[in-house]
Amino acid sequence: MLLIRRFEERTAEMYALGKIGGFCHLYIGEEAVAVGAVDALRPDDYVFSAYRDHGHCLARGSDPKRLMAELFGRSTGLCKGKGGSMHLVDAERQFMGGYAIVGGHLPLAAGVAFAVRYRGSDQVVLCFFGEGAVPSGACHETLNLAALWGLPVLFLCENNRYGMGTPVERAVALYADVAQNAAAYGIEAGRVDGMDVLAVRDAVDKAVEQIRTRHRPYFVEAVTYRFLGHSMADPAHGHYRTKAEVDEAKKRDPLLLLRTRMLAERQAAEADFKRIEQEVAQIVREAVEFADASPVPPVTALDDDVYA
Amino acid sequence: MKATYREALNQALKEEMRRDDRVFLIGEDVAYYQGAFKVSKGFLEEFGSRRVVDTPITELGFTGLAIGAAMAGLRPVVEVMTFNFAILAMDQIVNNAAKIRYMSGGQLSVPLVIRGPGSAAHQLGAQHSQSLEAWFCHVPGLKVVAPATPHDAKGLIKSAIRDENPVVFIEAQLLYPMQGEIGDGDYTIPLGVAEVKRPGTDVTLIAYSKMLLVALEAAGKLAQEGIQAEVIDPRTLRPLDLATLATSAKKTGKVVIVEEGWPFAGLGAQIAESLYRRVFDYLDGPIVRVTGRDVPMPYARNLEDAAIPNADQVEAAVHHVLYRT
Repeated sequence: MLLIRRFEERTAEMYALGKIGGFCHLYIGEEAVAVGAVDALRPDDYVFSAYRDHGHCLARGSDPKRLMAELFGRSTGLCKGKGGSMHLVDAERQFMGGYAIVGGHLPLAAGVAFAVRYRGSDQVVLCFFGEGAVPSGACHETLNLAALWGLPVLFLCENNRYGMGTPVERAVALYADVAQNAAAYGIEAGRVDGMDVLAVRDAVDKAVEQIRTRHRPYFVEAVTYRFLGHSMADPAHGHYRTKAEVDEAKKRDPLLLLRTRMLAERQAAEADFKRIEQEVAQIVREAVEFADASPVPPVTALDDDVYA
Repeated sequence: MKATYREALNQALKEEMRRDDRVFLIGEDVAYYQGAFKVSKGFLEEFGSRRVVDTPITELGFTGLAIGAAMAGLRPVVEVMTFNFAILAMDQIVNNAAKIRYMSGGQLSVPLVIRGPGSAAHQLGAQHSQSLEAWFCHVPGLKVVAPATPHDAKGLIKSAIRDENPVVFIEAQLLYPMQGEIGDGDYTIPLGVAEVKRPGTDVTLIAYSKMLLVALEAAGKLAQEGIQAEVIDPRTLRPLDLATLATSAKKTGKVVIVEEGWPFAGLGAQIAESLYRRVFDYLDGPIVRVTGRDVPMPYARNLEDAAIPNADQVEAAVHHVLYRT
C-alpha cells in the first residue's frame, strides 16, 4: 500500500514536470482495495482493471521500474511505451490490462473466465471497475452472461462515490447498495469497507473460495474514496465535492487505519514503519531513475504489433 | 465436388472444430436453432453445448466475451446474426479486439473470427440492409474478408480461424444458396490474396462479395459486344492485394470498381486512391465507381432494386471509361 501511495505521489510530480503525458488517474486513497483483493489470489488467477490501474498493476507484483517507464513512454515500459497510464498490461503476471472505455473490459473478463471454464481449470478472474461502470450496458450484459453460464469472475466494484464529477446517487438507481445490481441477476454479492485492507482481503478470500468451489460469479462492492481529483486535470475538491468532505474521508486513510491497528496490536513498531518507508522511497527513486534513463521507443517500432 | 456457399462454410467450420478443440462457435441461435441461416446445421449434435454456444441477444456482451476468450488462448468464431447487429459490438471490436495487441506491446493477441451476413437481401428494410465493410476496413488491427464463392468461403474461413489476428468475415444472405465447385478436403486460401475471376484485356472490373456476381454478369454481356473485361475479386479487403489489382489496371488502363456500400467514404474510394498512387500514369482516364445509392435502404422492391448496383449500371460504367457513351 505504501509503495502504491509513494509511487503515485511521484507520478504526480513527474506529471507536473512534463515527464508523463496524457490522461493520468491516480489511485491515492483506494490502495487497500487493490492490495487486499490481489493478495487473496493465486499467481495463475487473472486480473483486469480499468483506467485507474497503476495500483492494481503494482499490487499484482509488476516491476515499478517498468511501470514508471511505461508512464514515461519509454521502450523499457511494460508495453514498450505503446500503452501508457490507462493501458498497463503484464501478461507474465496474468495482469490482463487497464482499459479506458468505462465498462468495456467487463465482457473481456467474463471471456477469460469462459476460457477457464472451457478448459476445466479452477482459476478465478478478478475484475476491478468503478461504480461509474455499473449503469453501463456492458456491465449488465456481462453480469447476465456470467450468472447464466456460471463463470468464475469476481466483479470487484470500487465505489469511490464519483464517476468523474457525478456522485453515485445521481448515476446509479440502486445507489444505496450498488451490489443489488448484481443480486438482480442472482449473483451473490457483498459489501466491504474498502479502506480496511484486511477486511477487503477477507471478503475477497471468501468470494474467491466460493467461485472456485461453486463455479459461480461473485460481486463485491468495496466502499472507498479517492483523495485526489479524477485525473491530473482536476483538483481534489471544488465543483462537485467540498474540502470538508475530502478531509473527513482522509481520516479513514487506509494506510493510517492499518498503521494504527498494527501499532495497537503490537504487530509492528514505529521503527518498522520507518524502515519500510525508506525501502519504498528507494524503490520509487530507482523506478524514476530507470524510467528517465531509458530510451524512447524507436520510431521504427511504430508499426510493430498492429498485426501478429 | 459441388456445394452451396452455406454448405461450404458449414463444412469448413466443422473441419476446423474437429481439428482444434480451441475453436468454438458462439452467437444467437447457433446451437438449437442451427443458425438463423442454417450455417451451423448439425453442430450441436456433433460438438455439444460446450463448443456451440447460444447467447442472449447481447452483441456487445458476447462479442466482448469472445475477445476475452481469445486473449486467454481460445479461438472463438462469433456468429453475428447479421452485421447490422455488430454495430452494437463496435466498441468491443474497435477498442478491444483491434487494439489489444498493440496497446500491450505485443503481449496479448486476439485470434478471433466475427462472421455473418452483410449487405442487403430482399426487402428487409433500412436497419437490416447495409454494407458496413468500410467501417471495419478503416481500423488498423482488423483483417476484413468478404468472399463471393463457395470455394473462396471455405478456404478463407479456415485461414481466418487459423490467423492470430481478429478477422471480420462478411458473408451475404443472398449468397448462402449459391452453388459452386469447391475443392476436396482440407484446403485453405491465404488472406490478402486477390483472384482474377475472369481474364480480360480491355477494362478491369474490381468487385467483391455479391457484387462479384454482378460484375461477372456485366462482363458476360460486354463480351458479346467485343469488350473483354478482366474481373478481379480482392476477396480480402484488408489487407488489400493491391499488387494484383495494379497489375490488371496497368494492363487495361481502365478501372471500374463495384461495391454495394454507400458511395461517400466507401471502400471503392480507398481502392481507387491506392490505385491512383500506384498506376496513375498507366490509366487512360479516371477510375469509375459503381456504388449503392446514398440513401438508407428503402423497403419497396422497385426502390430497393434502384438502390443496389446492377449489371446494367456496370456496363454503362465500362462504356464510360472506354469513352463509348
